[in-house]
Amino acid sequence: MFDEWLDKYEYLIETGRQMPPIAEEAKTSDNLIQGCQSRVWLDCREEDGKLRFTADSDAVITKGIISLLIRVFDGQKPEDIVAADLSFIDRIGLRDNLSPTRANGLVAMITKIKAYALAFLQKEENEQ
Amino acid sequence: MDKVVADFRQRFPALSQQVYGKPLVYFDNAATSQRPDCVIALQEKMTAQACANVHRAVHRLALDATELYQQGREAAAAFIGAPADEVIFTSGTTAAINLVASCFTRRFLRKGDRILISEAEHHSNLVPWQLACEIYGTELLVAPVGEDGSLDMAAYRRLLEDGVKLVAIAHVTNVLGVENPLQGIIAAAHQAGAYVLVDGAQGIVHSRVDVASLDCDFYAFSGHKIYAPTGIGILYGRRSLLEEMPPYMGGGDMVDRVSFEKTTYGPLPLKFEAGTQNIAAAACFAPALKLAREVQDSPELQANLEATDRLLAQELSKVEGLHCPSLANPGRKGIFSFCIDGVHPSDAAEIMDKMGVAVRTGFMCAEPLIRKYSEHGMMRASLMPYNTPEEVDIFMDALRRAIKMLR
Repeated sequence: MFDEWLDKYEYLIETGRQMPPIAEEAKTSDNLIQGCQSRVWLDCREEDGKLRFTADSDAVITKGIISLLIRVFDGQKPEDIVAADLSFIDRIGLRDNLSPTRANGLVAMITKIKAYALAFLQKEENEQ
Repeated sequence: MDKVVADFRQRFPALSQQVYGKPLVYFDNAATSQRPDCVIALQEKMTAQACANVHRAVHRLALDATELYQQGREAAAAFIGAPADEVIFTSGTTAAINLVASCFTRRFLRKGDRILISEAEHHSNLVPWQLACEIYGTELLVAPVGEDGSLDMAAYRRLLEDGVKLVAIAHVTNVLGVENPLQGIIAAAHQAGAYVLVDGAQGIVHSRVDVASLDCDFYAFSGHKIYAPTGIGILYGRRSLLEEMPPYMGGGDMVDRVSFEKTTYGPLPLKFEAGTQNIAAAACFAPALKLAREVQDSPELQANLEATDRLLAQELSKVEGLHCPSLANPGRKGIFSFCIDGVHPSDAAEIMDKMGVAVRTGFMCAEPLIRKYSEHGMMRASLMPYNTPEEVDIFMDALRRAIKMLR
């Protein structure tokens, strides 16, 4: 049973290690995600109407988890992110395999990603 | 495993369970200890048979509940060598310290008076004083601790001379597990004209406490760290101070006569016990502390705890890049907090959890202290007499495996 766990954690650790680094100046308190056990920074920039995400964390397992989310959301249009159906997270069993504190952290990460997308949409509306 | 130790473990149903298909190794005792059969049985009896309010009614259930509740108070008082009416039920150590920070400060301290704590205090013995300082204009001073967690006694004595009227200090600190030399601390404080509150949340577990010989003015502890349920704790206070202090909360059970014009308050300890208490948990002090005393008196269980502690200390010292500041401190009591180079403690704890090992990580409610050692927090392993050297082997295997994966 542990071997399955071991494999999952080794995968998350590996994924976390491979995630491109975040710019040091992006590690601001605004970019910190509240509600995670370890510190997690999530930065978001716009490129040709699409959102690009980078992230970092003190904890490598946390890095692995956020890098999975970035794979899904990076390069998407803000309106698609706002409208995204997140049931895939339950379908792939990510939430079930996390401790409750980790699951809370996951919710906080997704909330932050959606909040960035919503803020970009509102900014666009104001500019129009 | 020694038969006495094996039999003792049998009394804690939680210890024989498996988590993720692995035998549980519970090393998070400084957060909450596991509960023995006698406490579980009384909790069930209080729920199933003696569920009634205390002190108020004359019916059978109320009389039974009141008697068991009173036995809980007497057990707690006897355990620390205090008269029963100087022992106040609170919801825990935190509530007990808040009571003193509010009522003692209001009655005995003036603007500009100083309150002295140590650098190694739990937030529960820090934040209540910050709140009191905001309200009453008192000032907070902090006595430093050395690298190994020992209180800097020279600095402490110097600070005492600086207008300190109250010292609030842990008996055993919750992160580094270091027992403070209370006799010297209290004597010096009294000589300087300061009162002393002892935060006994960890000390009650690892040391014999006699408030009369300690001569402290207040001693606070929680039930759940010493075999009793959560939601109950004790504030011992010196009678002369408790009598002078105003009540903390108003409500039922704390009054003598009530009218719209004037209300007089009940005698000690009821004056500080407004409202219905956690009756079942309070009653559980009787079996919990009876067991705690038996443990203190058992050579086999004490030898087991020492052997387990010694083995864990030896094994931790062999891990490359592991820093446990109080490892070699002779005053350390069953608690090990450490950081590991290149490994985030919460990552390691999560992997160890999957191997059945329960530890605590993070800032452990002592953020200013832990920030001295690590910006990521630490990992804490904390022992009780039911832990064994065999469990240390499992713990170390899990720790080494986690480090290997994460480095």
